[in-house]
Amino acid sequence: MTPSEPVVRLRDVRQQYGTTQALAGVTLEVPAGCMVGLIGPDGVGKSSLLSLIAGARAVQAGSVRVLGGDMASKAHRDAVCPRIAYMPQGLGKNLYPTLSVEENLQFFARLFGHGGAERRRRIDELTRSTGLHAFLQRPAGKLSGGMKQKLGLCCALIHDPDLLILDEPTTGVDPLARAQFWDLIERIRRQRPGMSVMVATAYMDEAQRFHWLVAMDEGQVLATGAPQELLARTGCDSLEEAFIALMPEEKKRGHQAVVIPPLQVDDADVAIEAQGLTMRFGDFTAVDHVNFRIRRGEIFGFLGSNGCGKTTTMKMLTGLLPASEGRASLFGKAVDPNDIDTRRRVGYMSQAFSLYGELTVRQNLLLHAQLFHVPADQRAARVQAMVERFDLQNELDALPESLPLGVRQRLSLAVAMVHQPELLILDEPTSGVDPIARDRFWQLLVDLSRRDRVTIFISTHFMNEAARCDRMSMMHAGRVLDSDRPAALIAKRGAATLEEAFIGYLVEAAGDAPTADEAPVIETRATPAPAAIGHRAPFSLQRLFSYLWRETLELQRDPVRAAMALLGSLVLMFVIGYGITLDVENLKYAVLDRDHSEASQNYALNLAGSRYFSERPAIKDEADLDRRMRSGELSLAIEIPSGFGRDMLRGRAVQISAWIDGAMPQRAETIRGYVGGLHQKWLAQQLAERGMSVPQTASVETRYRYNPDVKSLPAMVPAVIALLLLMLPAMLTALAVVREKELGSIINLYVTPVTRLEFLLGKQLPYVGLAMVNFLLMCAASITIFDVPITGSFWALALATLVYAIVATGIGLVASSMTRSQSAAMFIALVVTMVPAVQFSGLLHPVTSLEGAGRLIGDIFPSTYMLIISRGVFSKALGLRELGSALVPLLLAVPVVMGTALALLKKQEA
Amino acid sequence: MDAVIRHLSNIVRLGVKELWSLWRDPMMLVLIVYLFSVAVYSSARAIPETLHLAAIAVVDEDHSPLSQRIVAAFYPPLFTQPTLITRDEMDAGMDTGAYTFVINIPPDFQRDVLAGRAPAVQLNVDATRMSQAFSGSGYIQQIVLGEVQDFVRRYRASSTLPVDLNVRMRFNPSLTQAWFGGAMQYVNYITLVSILLTGAALIREREHGTIEHLLVMPVTPTEIMLGKVWSMGLVVLLAAALSLFFMLRGVLGMPIEGSAPLFLAGVALHLFATTSMGIFLATVARTMPQFGLLVMLTILPMQMLSGGSTPFESMPLFVQRVMQLAPTTHFVELAQAILYRGAGIDVVLKPFLILALIGSTLFALSLSRFRKTIGQMA
Repeated sequence: MTPSEPVVRLRDVRQQYGTTQALAGVTLEVPAGCMVGLIGPDGVGKSSLLSLIAGARAVQAGSVRVLGGDMASKAHRDAVCPRIAYMPQGLGKNLYPTLSVEENLQFFARLFGHGGAERRRRIDELTRSTGLHAFLQRPAGKLSGGMKQKLGLCCALIHDPDLLILDEPTTGVDPLARAQFWDLIERIRRQRPGMSVMVATAYMDEAQRFHWLVAMDEGQVLATGAPQELLARTGCDSLEEAFIALMPEEKKRGHQAVVIPPLQVDDADVAIEAQGLTMRFGDFTAVDHVNFRIRRGEIFGFLGSNGCGKTTTMKMLTGLLPASEGRASLFGKAVDPNDIDTRRRVGYMSQAFSLYGELTVRQNLLLHAQLFHVPADQRAARVQAMVERFDLQNELDALPESLPLGVRQRLSLAVAMVHQPELLILDEPTSGVDPIARDRFWQLLVDLSRRDRVTIFISTHFMNEAARCDRMSMMHAGRVLDSDRPAALIAKRGAATLEEAFIGYLVEAAGDAPTADEAPVIETRATPAPAAIGHRAPFSLQRLFSYLWRETLELQRDPVRAAMALLGSLVLMFVIGYGITLDVENLKYAVLDRDHSEASQNYALNLAGSRYFSERPAIKDEADLDRRMRSGELSLAIEIPSGFGRDMLRGRAVQISAWIDGAMPQRAETIRGYVGGLHQKWLAQQLAERGMSVPQTASVETRYRYNPDVKSLPAMVPAVIALLLLMLPAMLTALAVVREKELGSIINLYVTPVTRLEFLLGKQLPYVGLAMVNFLLMCAASITIFDVPITGSFWALALATLVYAIVATGIGLVASSMTRSQSAAMFIALVVTMVPAVQFSGLLHPVTSLEGAGRLIGDIFPSTYMLIISRGVFSKALGLRELGSALVPLLLAVPVVMGTALALLKKQEA
Repeated sequence: MDAVIRHLSNIVRLGVKELWSLWRDPMMLVLIVYLFSVAVYSSARAIPETLHLAAIAVVDEDHSPLSQRIVAAFYPPLFTQPTLITRDEMDAGMDTGAYTFVINIPPDFQRDVLAGRAPAVQLNVDATRMSQAFSGSGYIQQIVLGEVQDFVRRYRASSTLPVDLNVRMRFNPSLTQAWFGGAMQYVNYITLVSILLTGAALIREREHGTIEHLLVMPVTPTEIMLGKVWSMGLVVLLAAALSLFFMLRGVLGMPIEGSAPLFLAGVALHLFATTSMGIFLATVARTMPQFGLLVMLTILPMQMLSGGSTPFESMPLFVQRVMQLAPTTHFVELAQAILYRGAGIDVVLKPFLILALIGSTLFALSLSRFRKTIGQMA
């Protein structure tokens, strides 16, 4: 590849998700060896485009050629994947928050096949040059936004890529960290001049430093060219204006620059005041002695990066969070979470779009009007007024989720204003909205402030928005650096822009803490690394191990899942062992003796002697019998008629009645058997006493084998072990995979050299190990607590369990490939394991007793065979030789289940 | 007075909002409809009658008319067609679970019977199959001896005592397993769905961030919780009533012995307890998956040990004692009493009172926990 050849070549690329057209025919040639910026608001297709180029997403239509080959071809993707590095959108999205910096880097380095010494060298070099070396042991989740981005970059650079793709790497990061990040990229590029970098960004001002820009809107390219070129073409001063100028006519219609009339306020009329406001979570101080005063009618801005304490401060002001220290007052009254009346004077719009997605626009407005107690006769008018003011007429009956982001934001504002509050608290209301919608939103705010004298307290991480406020506070790490008019702040620092001023404050706040960024970036880059670049082993134990090791670490650090994995089976074993008891004992019965003769008492005594029955006070009369049976107190009532003893002696036919509660058929059946048996015994006794012999023709000698006492526990415990070894491992494995999908780290499967089989085995093996640990625990519990010994070959059982655990976790993998959310994965894993295992595998009713579909499921489901083996080893004293025929179907299930899981797992996003 | 009206109106509004949310959540609706119709039906039908197609084999070493007569006495649906095997095949067949019962008729059986030597037939039972072992061996014994008796009767008469035992099944005379299985699963689903719905309603608010909105509005945590309790309780009550009339009584043809309104009153009381529990669990769990795991670890024991699946009195004593604290135990007790045995309020007053007590305690606990944690949810 010569430098002049484009690194990326797109022709008529189209991408569609459901009804949303993400890319509508993009044709583009990206020059190699330079910094390329993709600009445009959220949701215009930047991320889709980058993920296509990275090979993370499957190409739907058109051609995507990267580094000289077609990305639709698997062979080419496999070949170039080690040359591309991709950092997806979202702070640290492809990182593992519970893993430390070191562990994250080790994970990625292993995936790219570096040896131990090489890994150490690269990790040390990268972290030294990015200033992360001191934090190697810190979990990634506890890093600041800027450090997370640096770690993401280190992970991306660990394998010397030729194409570096960064999707919004600096969104929500403070300007100083942002500047440092770009310096770092610049220095790396100087070391590796051949490397191409593609960056998507929502900050237009940031795009100024790139070599070549692609402006995108609604899945289409608006324009390309160097920043200066674009400015010149549109005749604008800033890229933001240029972007607006480039947008299609129909979208621009009605757009006008925001005009802010001068502010007229009364200095004594204070809407919000905070003094020494502090919030601590444990030993972490989120907000540190913050002071400010906001006058009525003012627009007050809070500028700062993600996690600097803006949201926490706002929550304290609304009473959502009680302050640890200091005081805040609204309209001269201290903020009191229990003061319902102040709340009516405040409107709040939270960071996440948080209206009821299930309610229509009209219902949302109405609900808020009702809950804020707008008088009933004014509600309709008020809702109507909001609809007109915020231009929602055409969306009245739509569900918010179906609306574009800009409209949703107006709706949020309308909802916050429906009770006509005097104060509006807005937490980053405009993130992700295109510049036109943002200007329109700001115009509404300005009108509210100047016309309706509403005080507005707004937080943002956009500099140009902060510049529009009457006054603003710059916030960093929980502290307010300074508060003043934006112009005054710029003047104070002698800076040209607000950004520069902010950076000045940040540098000052950091004191002279050394920024390690000054260290030289990796010098050894000239010598090509011995890493396996360009060719890839079809199966690598190292990559498998990398996933296995990481999964194990993560599981160790997630208390809920770990507890479930280790103790869940024991808890459930006790519950089911005792719960599904088929023993019928201590049956409550009582006698209605109308005879009171020696014979009748003798009959009653015969029952009382049985261990199956426990006698209750005698029944008084018919009504008593009825009541006590209805309440469930008695399962059996014996009625001995009057004259029983006399009639029997005279040889007259007499009849004893036994009333059995038939509500529980199984129990009733058993009672019938017991009573019948006791009756026969009594008859034989009576005959013997009279010197008569029972006429015997033949007898049946019953041998209860394997479980001579016919107790429930020896029958249930081995079955429960088999049941739990299926259900829990399947569920946990399914969760483990879908969790990656939900959190976004699945992207590492898409863009690193790891193969699907390595990924699956790496995810699966820790849970197979856990299943074996659970198996040992349950065996121990069975022997010691339940007193159910293992009579057969333990090793045969252990071997079968191992195979079974592989099948069970494999079923979890299959379940995970069908779903996207953890809840659904759990549900599906539960249904596909529990239902067949409980109903069709012979847990309660032998498979041989089933018919039709149930029988078919029972014959192929692995639990059937595990149950045979488990019961065989526990109760029937069997070994591998006798149980071999049951092990074969289990072994056969392994390739079937794993093959299905492998076939369903995609190496690219659809 | 004004304040009371305001509280009530807030509670009503918040509940109506929950109803709308549920209405637009097709997954949940499908789940509710499925559980109370298809799942109730299939659990009624899935459980075979106690003895159904029990696998039986016979080792006939006699080959006499009597032994053949015995073999012919076993046939579906109670038993499978008996397999004739040799003595050597018996152990392997029982070890692999191919047969639950093996009858061994010894050589010269018929001759010995006729000679009055009372020979023994050996019956081998796989006692790890509890559900069939007991009742099955009873049946087999009766059938074998009955055949022998009939066979012998042709040769001589017998005498016995004139005392007869008249066994009568009350409440479910034909011991229809479907009524029990269907109704008990139905009772379980009432508990499960109410906990799931309420818990999910709270977690959804938390995941979508709408709880934050509620908290800055002039409504109190008590109102928020009560709004969820009444609305989700009402949905489950309605589903339960429909399922009772159309599914249990209609499709399954189960006679409802007692008063349906009394039973539904019991359901309402139970729902008060379970919806409170749902809220409690949702305050403990942070996400839906965690909630799911928690539900498994709490509801499964509560249901399995409540006496709904197997007899309560046969459980270990300490389990019985602990389970007195669970609402399900008392709910199952009153449900069985009313549905199967036609009990009136005089009979089930005790479980009603205990359920009310447990419900109020759970509600108070949940409310205090909800108030404490709601601030951290936003």
